[in-house]
Amino acid sequence: MRNELLVHSLVPRSPFLVPDGICYTISIIESRAPGAETKMARYLFSWKIGGEAGFGIKSAGLMFSKMCNRAGFEVFGYDEYPSLIRGGHNSHQVTVSKTPVASTAENIDILVALNTETIKRHTHELSHGGALIYDPATTTVTLSPQLRERNLKLVAVPLAAMTRQALGSIVMRNIVALGATQALVSLPFGILAGVIKKTLAHKQAEIVAANVKAAKLGFDEVSKQLEKLDFKLKLEATTQPEELLLTGNDALSLGALAAGMQMYVAYPMTPSSSILHYLASQAVSQKIVVKHAEDEISVINMGLGASHAGVRTMIGTSGGGFSLMVESLGLAGITETPLVIVEAQRPGPATGLPTWTEQGDLRFVLHAAQGEFPRIVVAPGDHEECFYMTAEAFNWADRYQVPVIILTDKFLAESVRTVLPFDPKRVWIDRGKARMSDAAIARMKDYQRYRVAPDGISPRSIPGQKNGIYLANSDEHDTYGFSNEESANRIAQVRKRAAKFAKASEEINGAKLYGNPRARLTVVGWGSTKGPILDALSWLPRRMQRKINFLHINVVWPFPSEAVHRILKRSKRALLIENNSTAQLGGLIRQQTGIYMEHKMLKFDGRPLYPLDIKERILSMH
Amino acid sequence: MEHHSEYKQYESKHAPTWCPGCGNFAIWTALKKALARLHIPPHKVLMVYGIGCSGNMANTIRAYGFHGLHGRAVPVAVGAKLANRDLTVLIAGGDGDGYGEGLNHFIQAIRGNVDVTYLVHNNSIYGLTTGQSSPTSRKGFKSKSTPAGIIETALNPIALALAANASFVARGFAGRLDELVDLMIAAIEHTGFSFVDMFQPCVTFNKLDTYGSYYDSVYSLADMGHRPTDRLTALAKALEQGKLPVGIFYQDAARPSYQAELPYLKQSLMRTRSHDRDLKRLMREFI
Repeated sequence: MRNELLVHSLVPRSPFLVPDGICYTISIIESRAPGAETKMARYLFSWKIGGEAGFGIKSAGLMFSKMCNRAGFEVFGYDEYPSLIRGGHNSHQVTVSKTPVASTAENIDILVALNTETIKRHTHELSHGGALIYDPATTTVTLSPQLRERNLKLVAVPLAAMTRQALGSIVMRNIVALGATQALVSLPFGILAGVIKKTLAHKQAEIVAANVKAAKLGFDEVSKQLEKLDFKLKLEATTQPEELLLTGNDALSLGALAAGMQMYVAYPMTPSSSILHYLASQAVSQKIVVKHAEDEISVINMGLGASHAGVRTMIGTSGGGFSLMVESLGLAGITETPLVIVEAQRPGPATGLPTWTEQGDLRFVLHAAQGEFPRIVVAPGDHEECFYMTAEAFNWADRYQVPVIILTDKFLAESVRTVLPFDPKRVWIDRGKARMSDAAIARMKDYQRYRVAPDGISPRSIPGQKNGIYLANSDEHDTYGFSNEESANRIAQVRKRAAKFAKASEEINGAKLYGNPRARLTVVGWGSTKGPILDALSWLPRRMQRKINFLHINVVWPFPSEAVHRILKRSKRALLIENNSTAQLGGLIRQQTGIYMEHKMLKFDGRPLYPLDIKERILSMH
Repeated sequence: MEHHSEYKQYESKHAPTWCPGCGNFAIWTALKKALARLHIPPHKVLMVYGIGCSGNMANTIRAYGFHGLHGRAVPVAVGAKLANRDLTVLIAGGDGDGYGEGLNHFIQAIRGNVDVTYLVHNNSIYGLTTGQSSPTSRKGFKSKSTPAGIIETALNPIALALAANASFVARGFAGRLDELVDLMIAAIEHTGFSFVDMFQPCVTFNKLDTYGSYYDSVYSLADMGHRPTDRLTALAKALEQGKLPVGIFYQDAARPSYQAELPYLKQSLMRTRSHDRDLKRLMREFI
């Protein structure tokens, strides 16, 4: 029960939930501009850099995020890229805010174009009075009549020439552009110089110096132009407590390490691969085994072997790899072997949209594998939940001796966000009866691994422990683990496993209600849509916010039927929001509560939900 | 010679369910004798089984066991050994199981050289599913799934293992029990991935590969003066036509095991502290 309370007490830092949250309207948007009244966004501004893969788009985005965070702002960064290594079009967008931010914007205020393709694709996303930073030597800017009306600020910076001037390589154009941006928003150069030095600390001194010089050249060039440009956005740097800037995958990996994970097995697959990369980089320091296995069938079986031997084990993949694991998921079920499985979703079926986002696998993971056995499906909503709920997932796997699936998606797994440092004191390790002491096993008379208990949970011995010998068996088995096909035994073992799920259902509550419990309209979502929904709600006028609440489901199985039923019965209307085309949670709600979700907002183009769209949908229902 | 009661300790209360005369009886006996001669107590042994007649041995052995899925025993064993190197980990699988469904795992485990012993009960047929051809069935072999004779040629697991650079490659025969015990002991004592293919006559469904046919064609490599240190000679022996050599084809005792290549792990993960990690230090990288 205490673990359930832990997750419940994770109140997200959202302006929606701050009683006297200050409404920060976008300063860049000129209020006189046509259509500005529909853009009551609370983001301060949004910055995007675009170019070919290999141009350093993502690294520039991360440095920009760090720079903003050092200056006292909160950021949320999101990559869009095709499944290619060189060429193709990549972009990284950073949303900057005074208050915590958990979504990405559909509009941008500053666009850095490292090639002409970026101008073609993204200039129309620029808001009124927005700025375009480009290199006139390599990039041509032609604005449509419509765009010409937007009073865009064209910031010409000789990016390529300046990398040569700084005695650097052409890839450093992104650094020059960062310097240019820094000047454009009137932040002091020292912050950027500090970020560059820290980021490149492992490189040679000359390389660091060349990067700082390149940034300074860009900074000085735009400083000269600043008066003429008349760019409206002026930031003032403040100091605030140090925050982490990390992806959902990073947060999840840290959660696993905090939980005492000792083995991670995976096969590379976007968007789960960065878990493998991070944990592999920490293997030596954390004394863990990180194994890149030959395929996902091997991944899950190695995971089961390690867990059977007694160590906390996690495996990671996306939907395609999970498809290969399915038979072995049932093996975890019948042998009652604890295992934490990360399934970072991407749009399918088959290869689908490999580098984009979707919540299309909910029903799949709920029903994967033949036969009936208990499983837990966790769907963290944001970076904090990625950390704390992953740590919890290990406790649940051990306590109920079941596979626990952590369902994320590309939007959550790969987006970078500023969060307060995680609190190690809020993580504890509870291995339940999955790890008994040698003495406890030795004391047991006639040890039976699968002894039938009222709550279904039987003590597990570990190979090597005296007196604990048993067979973990994929065949239906008796209480010792030996194959047994008798009717009475089958019934007893099926009921034993089912009892564990009944216990988990009592102890885990995956429904979280944010906002006024007596509100008339309830917005319903699961997993990664939490951020965009909370951001959208925080943008509504204060008087409306009191009439709307948000039901977020972050443990989809066992389904919080009773809580969902109670909440939905109390509100007059509900809006279901999902990043898929078939309203999979909606179907589950109907199955579990009988309530039909009439109003749905479904998005399935591979893009995440934007708060502005959510806000407009809510306004249209009001 | 070990005392009878010494190897009885590896027997569960369940009797085998194999057909009378099945080659698996000899393999079962050899396994118990090998463990007894090595004095490895049952609780220090983890047996991982595939699915098939070989895997059904799971119910008859008294040791820690994991009876997994068809074709997937090898990665379970690899994972367990990586987690707890203090265990003696053995895999018992079949030819359909390991050379058909799970062939990829076999080759990859060879590459990793994780210190486990892989025993393949090779009867060139699917017994438990009542007689279909297997990856080691001879070309032209008639079975329920290939009534006109199998078109595919037979896999040569010994040559395959040698080509993949396995550090221990051996073959035994259920009809030569003492030799099988010695091979198992050598395989368990070898540090690294050790592979033993075992001719195991299926008296019910395979009328081609019988005790008689094996007695006619097997001969001992050691008797012929074969030195198992040369991979090319071993490969020549593996590709020999007609006669069937048994014994150790090849052993590279110098090659480090997977664990030995993880010098930062001084001991088994099971003995390594993991519950009090310095999270603050880890988080510093993200500030």
